[in-house]
Amino acid sequence: MMNKQGRPTDINTAANLSPGGVTTHTGNRGLEQDELLIYEIGDTQRTGVDLEDLPVFESRLGGITRDNEIGLAGLSEPEVMRHYTRLSRKNYAIDMGLYPLGSCTMKHNPRINEKVARLPGLADIHPLQPISTVQGALDLMDRLAHWLKTLTGMPAVAMSPKAGAHGELCGLMAIRSALDKRGENRTIVLAPESAHGTNPATAALCGYKVKSIPANKAGRVDLPALKAALGPDVAAIMLTNPNTCGLFERDIIEIADAVHAAGGYFYCDGANFNAIVGKVRPGDLGVDAMHINLHKTFSTPHGGGGPGAGPVVLSEALAPFAPVPYVIHGKDGFEMVEHVTGGAESFGRMTAFHGQMGMNIRALAFMMSHGSDGLARVAEDSVLNANYVMASLQDIMTLSFEGPCMHECLFDDRFLEGTGVTTLDFAKAMIDEGYHPMTMYFPLVVNGAMLIEPTESESKQSVDQFIGALRHLVTQAKLGNSALFTGAPYLAPLKRLDETLAARNPVLRWRKTD
Amino acid sequence: MRYLPLSPTDRTEMLEKIGVTEINDLFSDVPTTALLKDHVDLPGHMPEMAVDREFRAMAEKNMPAGSVAFFCGAGAYRHYVPSTVDHLIQRGEFLTAYTPYQPEISQGTLQALYEFQTQVAQITGMEVSNASMYDGSTACGEAVLMARRASRKKKAILSGSLHPQYIEVTRCATKFTEDITLINPPSVYLVDDLIDQIDEETSCVVVQNPDFFGNIQDYTKLAEALHAQKALLVVVVTEVVSLGAVRSPGAMGADIVVAEGQSIGNGLTFGGPYVGLLATRQKLVRTMPGRVCGETVDADGKRGFVLTLSTREQHIRREKATSNICTNAGLCTLAFTIHMTLLGEKGFRHLARLNHAKAVQLADKISGIDGVEVLNKNFFNEFTVALPMDAAEAIERLADMKILGGVPLSRLYPNDPDMKNRLLVAVTETVTEEDMDRLVCALKELVK
Repeated sequence: MMNKQGRPTDINTAANLSPGGVTTHTGNRGLEQDELLIYEIGDTQRTGVDLEDLPVFESRLGGITRDNEIGLAGLSEPEVMRHYTRLSRKNYAIDMGLYPLGSCTMKHNPRINEKVARLPGLADIHPLQPISTVQGALDLMDRLAHWLKTLTGMPAVAMSPKAGAHGELCGLMAIRSALDKRGENRTIVLAPESAHGTNPATAALCGYKVKSIPANKAGRVDLPALKAALGPDVAAIMLTNPNTCGLFERDIIEIADAVHAAGGYFYCDGANFNAIVGKVRPGDLGVDAMHINLHKTFSTPHGGGGPGAGPVVLSEALAPFAPVPYVIHGKDGFEMVEHVTGGAESFGRMTAFHGQMGMNIRALAFMMSHGSDGLARVAEDSVLNANYVMASLQDIMTLSFEGPCMHECLFDDRFLEGTGVTTLDFAKAMIDEGYHPMTMYFPLVVNGAMLIEPTESESKQSVDQFIGALRHLVTQAKLGNSALFTGAPYLAPLKRLDETLAARNPVLRWRKTD
Repeated sequence: MRYLPLSPTDRTEMLEKIGVTEINDLFSDVPTTALLKDHVDLPGHMPEMAVDREFRAMAEKNMPAGSVAFFCGAGAYRHYVPSTVDHLIQRGEFLTAYTPYQPEISQGTLQALYEFQTQVAQITGMEVSNASMYDGSTACGEAVLMARRASRKKKAILSGSLHPQYIEVTRCATKFTEDITLINPPSVYLVDDLIDQIDEETSCVVVQNPDFFGNIQDYTKLAEALHAQKALLVVVVTEVVSLGAVRSPGAMGADIVVAEGQSIGNGLTFGGPYVGLLATRQKLVRTMPGRVCGETVDADGKRGFVLTLSTREQHIRREKATSNICTNAGLCTLAFTIHMTLLGEKGFRHLARLNHAKAVQLADKISGIDGVEVLNKNFFNEFTVALPMDAAEAIERLADMKILGGVPLSRLYPNDPDMKNRLLVAVTETVTEEDMDRLVCALKELVK
C-alpha cells in the first residue's frame, strides 16, 4: 500500500478495517484520507507557479554558482491545495472544539484580527523604510504599549521580544544589567518547583544558577523556605502568578517585599495573565518585570507552534536597561531609537528589526474589541469556567489543591490508582471523545498532573459536554474498562505513536531511496 | 460582547454550582488592596466595524511597498507570495492549533514540519534542519551558542560583513554567558583575513553569504582551515532565494547554516513575524536548539511524525537545556513550506535567476549615472551603491517621489562616516523595468 511507504502491511490488518469491518483499496476511510509526502507525490519537474521569462543578462555571481540538483519536489497548484487541505484535516484546533491545554490559553482567534493584519498599509511595509513613511505603524506600536502599560500598571514596556521565553530573557537581562550597574555580582535566581521549564533555562542563559523553592501544602510558594533562601547572592525570583497549579499566590505582596528587602528583583512569568487581566495590575503586586504572551492572553493565533510575541513590562528601576529599538514621541511625530548611543544603559538588541509587528496588530485589535470592560470579563469568565469544571469533577477526580482556582484547575492521578490507567492513557482516551487532552505531567509538583484550562471562549453547553465526557471516562476507568484507555486513541488518524523509536533513531528528513 | 458566550443566566447557574454568590468570591486569594474596584482607564469595547475603521486609519498613514517603486532589502525582502499560501495558512486547523504535543491529532502540522525540514536541509546543502527559530538574527545567536557546545571552545569570530543587527543580536545573546568571547573586527571579512584570526581557541567563524553588502564569497577554504582546528563554520543567509542560484553553504563545508526564511511565503510586516532556519550535520543534532520533528510509526506500524529529541529542551532539561526556546515560527514555517512546494526545484531556481537577472539590469543602469558607482564585483539580488551625496537624505527625497529606493547604510552604521553616502539596493522579481527607470531617472535628478 502506498500509504505505508517502506513498511508494507497486510491490507486485512485491523488498521484498514473501518468500524463497520469494511476494507478499502486505498486505505482511506471515507473522509479520513491518507496523504503521502510531497516527495512521494511531486517531482523536480512540476511547479505551481508561472514566473516571467528571464531577460537576457550576464551572470554576476562570480562563478560561485549552484550546479547540482537541489532535489526539491514541486506540485501544481491544485495538488498543493489538496495536499495541505488533507493535512489540515489531521489536526485538532480551537476552531473544532474545546482545547483545554493548561497554561497555554487556547482561546478563540477572532478573524477581524487576521483581516486587519493583512491591510497593505500594515503587512506590506519594510522595517527599514524611512520613519516618515511608517508613522501609522509606530502609532500602532505606541498604542499597544499604552494598553499593556495601563493593564499591568507598569511604567515601561519592551516591545521587541519574539515569544514568552524571549521575553523572560529580556526581563532577566534588564535585571542583570541593573545589578551590574550597582556593582553587585549576585549569582542565584530562585524559581519555584512548579515553574515553566523556560524559567530555569532562561536564568542559565543569563549566567545564573537556579535554586528551586518548594511548594507548600496549598500549592503555593513556601514563604518561610523562600525567605530562608533569600540573601545577598540572590539576583531575582522568577514566579508565575497565577501559578502553574492555577492558583493565585496569596502571599505575593509579602514575597515581593521580601525579595526587594534582600536587594533582589521580582520577575513575574505572565503566561497566566489571562486570569487577572483587567482585574489586577501586576504593578500593584510589586512586580519589576513581566512578559506577556500576546499569543495567550491577547489571542494571536498559536499557528501550530508560533509565531508568538512576548513584550515585557518593566518597573521604573529596570526601564533604562530596556533593549533597542523603541518608539518615542518626537516633535514631528513618532521616532524610533534603534541604536544604543553614548551613555545609554540599554542592554542591547534582541532581534533584527522591531519585533513581531504582525502579532502586535492582532493583539491590539483583540484589546480594542474587548475594551477595558470586556477584558475584565475575559478574566472573570475564564476563572468562572475553570471553577465550574473543578466543582463538577472534584467528586470523581482527585483535585490537587483546594480552590478557588483561577483560569485553570489541577487534578492528579490518584483517582486512577489501581485502575491500570495512567494519565497518558486517560489523555489519549479524551482524543477518542473528540477533545484535545489537557496539559499532562505538568506542573511537576504533583504526580500525573492534569491541568485543565477551558478559557472564556467556551459556552456553558460546551463546558457541560466536556464535563460529561470526563465523568464518563473516569467511570469507565473505575469500572475496570482499562482497554478503552491503554490502546487509545482508537479513532484518531493514527494510533499511539512510538516516541521512543523516534528519539533513539532520529529520522529528521525524507531521503530518496533507491 | 461578541467573543464571550456565557449569558447572565449561565453565570448565575455556574456560580451556584460552585457554591459562591458573586464572581469576586473566586478572586478571594487576591489581596484586597490589589483587586481593582473599577475598570482600568482604557476605552470600552468596540463593534467590529469600528475596529476595522481604526486600523484602516493607522494603515493609511504608512507607505506600503506595493504602492511605490520599491528597492529595500538588508535582511527583509519583498517577494510575490502566491494566493494559495495565505489561503491555506488561514485554515483554522492550521491557524488555531497549538504546538503538536499530541501527535495523533497533529499529523497535519507535523508532516508539514517534516517536509519543511527536508526542504531546508536541501536548499542549505545540509543533512538536517530543526523546526525553525524566531528569525534569522536570533538563530544566528543560537548558532554561536551551539558552536560553543559542539566544539567545547569559547572564541567565536564574527565576520565584519555580517548583517550589523545580527552582530548586535549575537552580542546580546552571549552577553552574560561568561564563557563565550566574541571577536568582531569590522574590517575583516575576506576569507584569507578571517583565516588569520583562527587559533586553537576558536569555536566558530560566522560569515554571511551573500554578505550584508551583497557580495558573494566562496568559503570553502575557510571551512577547511576551521576544520583543521576542530572549529565550525557558521554561514548566515539573509536572502534564502539566493540558494537557488548561489553555491550552497553545505557544499562549501558549513557546519551550521542559519537563515532568514521570510523571503519564501512571508510578507514584510514591518520586520516580523519571520522564520529562522537552522540546519546542521546529523552528528550535531543533539547540540541543536529548538523543536525538531522526526519520523516514527504508530501502534499499527503506520508511518507518522512526532516532535523528538526533546531531552535537549527546556521543558525536560530545564537549566541544562540547549536553549530556552519554546515557541517557534509555526505558521510562518507553514507559509514557507507551502510556497516552496509551489515553486519546486524548477520554480525556485527560476525565481533565483530572475532575481539575479533583474538586479544585473538595474546595476548596469545605475552604473551609467555620472557620479554614482556600484561597489560590488559580484552580487545576487542586492548591491551597494556609492552616491555623491548623503544617502539618507537621498532616500527621503525619493520617498517624496513615491520611490522607496533602498536602505541607506547610515541607518545601520550611524557612526561610520564611510557609510554616509552608501545605499543598499535590492531587486526582486516584483520590480518592473518601469520601476527601475523611475529610480534611475530620479537618482540622476538628485545627483545633478
